[in-house]
Amino acid sequence: MYQDVILDHYKHPHGRGLRDGDAEVHHVNPTCGDEITLRVKYDGTTIDDVSYEGQGCSISQASASVLNDLLVGKELGEAQRIQETFLELMQSKGKIEPDDAMEEVLEDAVAFAGVSKYPARVKCALLSWMAWKDATAKALSEEAKTA
Amino acid sequence: MPGLLDTEAIRKDFPILDRLVHDGKKVVYLDNAATSQKPRQVLDALNAYYERHNANVHRGVHVLAEEATELYEGARDKVAAFINAPSRDEVIFTKNASESLNLVANMLGWADEPYRVDHETEIVISEMEHHSNIVPWQLLSQRTGAKLKWFGLTDDGRLDLSTIDEIITERTKVVSFTLVSNLLGTINPVETIVRRAQEVGALVVIDASQAAPHMVLDVQALQADFVAFTGHKMCGPTGIGVLWGRQELLEDLPPFLGGGEMIETVSMHSSTYAPAPHKFEAGTPPIAQAVGLGAAVDYLSAIGMDRIAEHEHVITEYAVKRLLEVPDLRIIGPSTAEDRGATLSFTLGDIHPHDVGQVLDEQGIAVRVGHHCARPVCLRYGIPATTRASFYLYSTPAEVDVLVEGLEHVRNFFG
Repeated sequence: MYQDVILDHYKHPHGRGLRDGDAEVHHVNPTCGDEITLRVKYDGTTIDDVSYEGQGCSISQASASVLNDLLVGKELGEAQRIQETFLELMQSKGKIEPDDAMEEVLEDAVAFAGVSKYPARVKCALLSWMAWKDATAKALSEEAKTA
Repeated sequence: MPGLLDTEAIRKDFPILDRLVHDGKKVVYLDNAATSQKPRQVLDALNAYYERHNANVHRGVHVLAEEATELYEGARDKVAAFINAPSRDEVIFTKNASESLNLVANMLGWADEPYRVDHETEIVISEMEHHSNIVPWQLLSQRTGAKLKWFGLTDDGRLDLSTIDEIITERTKVVSFTLVSNLLGTINPVETIVRRAQEVGALVVIDASQAAPHMVLDVQALQADFVAFTGHKMCGPTGIGVLWGRQELLEDLPPFLGGGEMIETVSMHSSTYAPAPHKFEAGTPPIAQAVGLGAAVDYLSAIGMDRIAEHEHVITEYAVKRLLEVPDLRIIGPSTAEDRGATLSFTLGDIHPHDVGQVLDEQGIAVRVGHHCARPVCLRYGIPATTRASFYLYSTPAEVDVLVEGLEHVRNFFG
């Protein structure tokens, strides 16, 4: 479960810290108390930044770091595809063995495949991804309001 | 170590303790505050009940119904003796301690004077309660307008009773607190609180969920009005809890759940109720589970609750000493074995308890991680969660050593 990639991201998180954003959300995992505050910044439909601050286990923290790596600079549509693929992997109960195609989409995030075998930890891995999805919806609706 | 039980013999009664996990590692079960394991004697009693005596209780004239009733009511006698209740009719079977506490809160919410809790009265609890002794009182407070007050905690994990006279006042109707904290392990000074509550005429409710399995529980010595606990933490099955209440209160207070078994006569206009305890046991009760609890009580009594308490005290002393040797380990709760139970919560540097628990599990060590249904305690000490190791009559010093080695491994892994 604790792949080196996960431990590396946990010990040296990428993009951590809160920066300027279009929308902010705060998500918690009530079963274990993991928390994340996450901001998204868009430039049109391109993700300009995903910044975050939080506390929690290595899985939730590493997952946020991987998310930052994967999504910043991407077009919204592609980011959503990555998020959905990650969700599918995490909900697979360990039954999906990531193939080359999946690895191409998820890059470092395929390291979380093992986590999907532990029902208690899946929510940890998904915390930042759900927060990102939520923040994105919020940012887009704010934009729609001001447009 | 003097004071220890013959765990080699005791462990033979618990088949699950021989279980191998994760490629042949012997399970080290240190999650007893969540639930205890069950001895063969209890498993046999459950089996025998279902294989030979199963029937519904208190009705039917056939032999099985009579045997089932005798076994169910016999379990009540055993529990009454176990807690030194003045009368067997003061022992109400529920499904768990949460239901017991909700039952008291609802009795008081629907009661007439002088017991009625309303907007002019106050309820007192503490910051170290399990959610099951917080939420029922919050609900009662929201529904009646009664003010909810609580005792805070000191830095070393004790109740802060320095302002007890301001917290428990003439307006206080009920004081409900835990005898032993499920997170901190603290054993609370019952007498001080009961004395003040009695001065102002408040009822006292004690959550003994973490006490009944581990020490002599004497409801008369406690001088409380209600005592709640659950069966599954004391070698019994799940699905059976107990509420003990003083007889005159049980006579005066109204029922909460209505249904079969709790009535005297029923017409379409109104009903009259059976005397306690049946007034509070609507519907078919957890019969096999009560029988199982009776067997658990027999099992524990044969060993002796004072001997079990002594054993756990020795284990706790050793565990506190060994855990404090682990670098960066901080015990959340009293840092000595005095006035504390065999439940030890701790943090390990900034390694998240989920990670601690997972890596311990890989070594076969079962602990609990999280806020342990006592989130206000975590908030009080500024931590998101803890790792909790909790011991019981079958725990050994060798298991403490395995835990400490496991924690060293955790530190190396994340260090």
